Amino acid sequence: MNVTRTEQIVHAADPARRLAALRGGAEQRGLDARALAALAANPGCRRRALLDAAGVDKTALADRLGQPAPFGRSPFAIARGNIFEARLKADGCAALLDPLRSRLGLPAEDDAPLRVPDLLPRSTPAARAERTARALAEAVAEPAAWTLLDHPMLRLTVAGSPAYLEPDAVVMRGGRCTVVEIKSFPVLDGVADPAKVGAAARQAAVYVLALQEAAEHRAGARAGGGPYEARELPGSPETSVLLVCPKDFGNRPTAELIDIRRELATTRRQLARMTRIEELLDALPPGTSFDLLPDAGGQPTRPVVELTAAVEAVPAAYSPECLSSCELGFHCRSQARCEGAVEQLGRGVRGELGSIRTVGEALAAASGGAPLGDEAAARLGYAAALRAEALGVPATAMAGAVAG
Amino acid sequence: MSLLGTLARLEAVRSGRAEPLATVRHRHLSDRPLVLVPLAAAAEDGAPLAVLLGTDRSAPRLHIVPQPLNRGQRYAFLAAFADDLLPYLESCAAEVERIEGSEKDPQTGEKIPTFRELSADAPQLIVPNPGAAQHLALLGRATRFRRTAEDPDPGRYPAPTQVPLLGRWLTHLTDRAKVPGSSLLLPMTGLLARHWATGQSQLEDQHLGAQLAWHEPPSGLSGAEAARLVESGRDERGQLLHPPAGPTTDPRFDEKLLAPAIGRYDAALAALRHAQDEDGPESPRAQSAQASAERAVEQLRALLTEVLLPTWHDVWRGLDLLRTLPPAAHLPERWESDRWSFTGHRERVAAGEPPQPRRDDAVTAARKLAQREREQVRTDVQEALDDPLAMAERRLAGEAFSGEVTELVPDWDTSGRTPKPRPLLTVRTADHPHADLGREVHRAGGPAVQKAVITAVDPEQGLITVRVASGMGRKKEPEPGSLPAVGERVTFTLFELTARQSAPLPEPDDTPWTHGGPPSATQDSPTTAEEWE
Ligand code: SF4
Repeated sequence: MNVTRTEQIVHAADPARRLAALRGGAEQRGLDARALAALAANPGCRRRALLDAAGVDKTALADRLGQPAPFGRSPFAIARGNIFEARLKADGCAALLDPLRSRLGLPAEDDAPLRVPDLLPRSTPAARAERTARALAEAVAEPAAWTLLDHPMLRLTVAGSPAYLEPDAVVMRGGRCTVVEIKSFPVLDGVADPAKVGAAARQAAVYVLALQEAAEHRAGARAGGGPYEARELPGSPETSVLLVCPKDFGNRPTAELIDIRRELATTRRQLARMTRIEELLDALPPGTSFDLLPDAGGQPTRPVVELTAAVEAVPAAYSPECLSSCELGFHCRSQARCEGAVEQLGRGVRGELGSIRTVGEALAAASGGAPLGDEAAARLGYAAALRAEALGVPATAMAGAVAG
Repeated sequence: MSLLGTLARLEAVRSGRAEPLATVRHRHLSDRPLVLVPLAAAAEDGAPLAVLLGTDRSAPRLHIVPQPLNRGQRYAFLAAFADDLLPYLESCAAEVERIEGSEKDPQTGEKIPTFRELSADAPQLIVPNPGAAQHLALLGRATRFRRTAEDPDPGRYPAPTQVPLLGRWLTHLTDRAKVPGSSLLLPMTGLLARHWATGQSQLEDQHLGAQLAWHEPPSGLSGAEAARLVESGRDERGQLLHPPAGPTTDPRFDEKLLAPAIGRYDAALAALRHAQDEDGPESPRAQSAQASAERAVEQLRALLTEVLLPTWHDVWRGLDLLRTLPPAAHLPERWESDRWSFTGHRERVAAGEPPQPRRDDAVTAARKLAQREREQVRTDVQEALDDPLAMAERRLAGEAFSGEVTELVPDWDTSGRTPKPRPLLTVRTADHPHADLGREVHRAGGPAVQKAVITAVDPEQGLITVRVASGMGRKKEPEPGSLPAVGERVTFTLFELTARQSAPLPEPDDTPWTHGGPPSATQDSPTTAEEWE
């Protein structure tokens, strides 16, 4: 292979360079909070961790593998989210004041007005992050004032490279800050869809981590410990976030503080794993590349066979939940089906079947071909006998079908 | 998922086709079900976009909201939907049965006969999936408190009179659907999944088209391949060949087809208003603008029909499949509960009761919870009695055992004045029930209710001996036929076969306020009109 020489050089280099080499000439896919939060949804998957750390465009990869991701957002849903947020932020965030007063204790009188600094929304991410960092420092320096950072740009180091994250808002007062997440799903009669709240909490956890990193950065120290140590630093974030949603069927906001300590712990573990990405890199066969660099016609140049082999070289942890959370869901599903992995039927199935890993083994156990002493296999055999009896087919006929 | 369910899925992976999970049909199917496929607008939670409904599979009726954000159009839609649905509900109450009961006179304590009327039939709504049911529940919540022009204070946007009534019915039907074993409103994905296993996960089964693909894969394709095609096959315009069953539409459909069509409709409407203002409503320009606005609506209707029809046909195909199974023996009994539920709600509406509150008070919530638990037990027991495959689940769980009678030894209890038959029955079984000595067991499928007590267990030989304690008549010798003969197959369960009556909950008026007694019901109805903005 003609790339071997460069590889050897890269191999010795730091993880960030090695990850960049995996991505090759294609543009880096920035990690946003949604992607980072989704990582926490399937913590066991090395494939996803590596691809995300390398900034590989998984949507393009899935396309190239012939199993395009089914995701997309309806323009109506996007518009609706934007309209709700615009309403809240109109007139110097007038509509947001109520929730801030009731949930965060913003004084009602006008002598302590909310400061909303300009965060240069039209600049580059790096410039915006700089500006946000300064605004945060200024707010910390004046603990008596209330500051609202509208769409701040935060930086979080993931696997050695910076990810830029943009929460809807951050409120700073008394030397502490709170993440504000604005979502357009309603709170109906005091209840919101728990799945959506969970997703929002995971996303907010990523912002809180970034704010902790910022606080550590300002203090010039790496606290590194649990959330309780980090809390001591000036300007560090609360572990509750303010979720603002439309109330019932209207456009009036309602807000709730949600405790995200659990999500925070999961995400922190996940990200820590990504910083141990070297282990994953070391396990790769030499020459592995996910380079999707397009030719003049916009088609990726790397042959599909090579890409498939590269993807296959990293172990996955497929379960049907992937289909709604990862761009490679369809690809990993076909792979799981080819291998006959029992996880294709659901996460819980694995626990039921004990040491049995494949559909073939399970069916063999069901027809009585189980190794003696395996409890799960014996149970499966017994279940098969009961099933055959209930359906009125001789058990041997089913066993024959397995053999055939 | 149970191990037997997993086994069936494994078999489906091997065969490439759906495999049976039941030998009988466990839900009542009406002779005249109403199939209802709703679509929600992504623009707002609970906002309707369209509904396709009807009792005739060759003649579905479509209602749409051309501009989903327009409140007036939404009410027009809901009114038309109500005009379609409410007559169907009414038609189910055409015939009634007189049911005789008795009540204790509170003063004298004497029993006095009472009569109640029970509707002979009840409505049955079949929707594609649980999401559709949830959408209907949201519509119910959004409409049942609407004020109408007939209200003393109609508010700024009075709704047509039938709209709150529609809301109350949708609330009732979706609420009833949470009762296990009930059949007034059923999602097709759940119905199919109860009776057949596919070779994919429960998550993937949520897609009605994909689940059905395992039943009738086109020749040459396995169920998995056919399902894959349904999930993601697209035409040259990039549109799904088989649109999802809703209630949300495919984002790419929204982007490429729906949004432009709504845009054209908005433009046509603006042009119409403009022409009417400038040239007058009767002017030729206004008339041609009117025509193009109507065309825009027609285009929208055609577009939505196109994405709704595949699901409409899927639901009916699912009904065909379910009808191939013989009905379970206990269906009439459970359907009677549904008929009571329908009758009761009709009476409450007729008596002028207010709509269901936003949140149940503590007593109602506790009652509903108790009812659901009771019905879950009852349904589980009945399904086990009706279907050997359901009984197999219980046997696998160690809650029942089946086998051949190997010995029947007559014996008597002579402690009383007259001896009572207490014969010993030995069963050879391969099952491993949690059979402690002295445990009470119940005979399933016998001629009468029959209890017995386990007296000996020999796991080596697979022998269980029980002493039969009831169901043999009043004489010294057991009634002929009341006991199984040697060589006959019997099944005993460790669970009771008749659901126990749970302790009655106090009436709402007798409940202390600390437990949510009166007068909460009115508090939980919105007093100020909330509006769809
Ligand atoms: S789809 Fe594949 S890569 Fe993505 S999380 Fe699942 S197993 Fe990992």
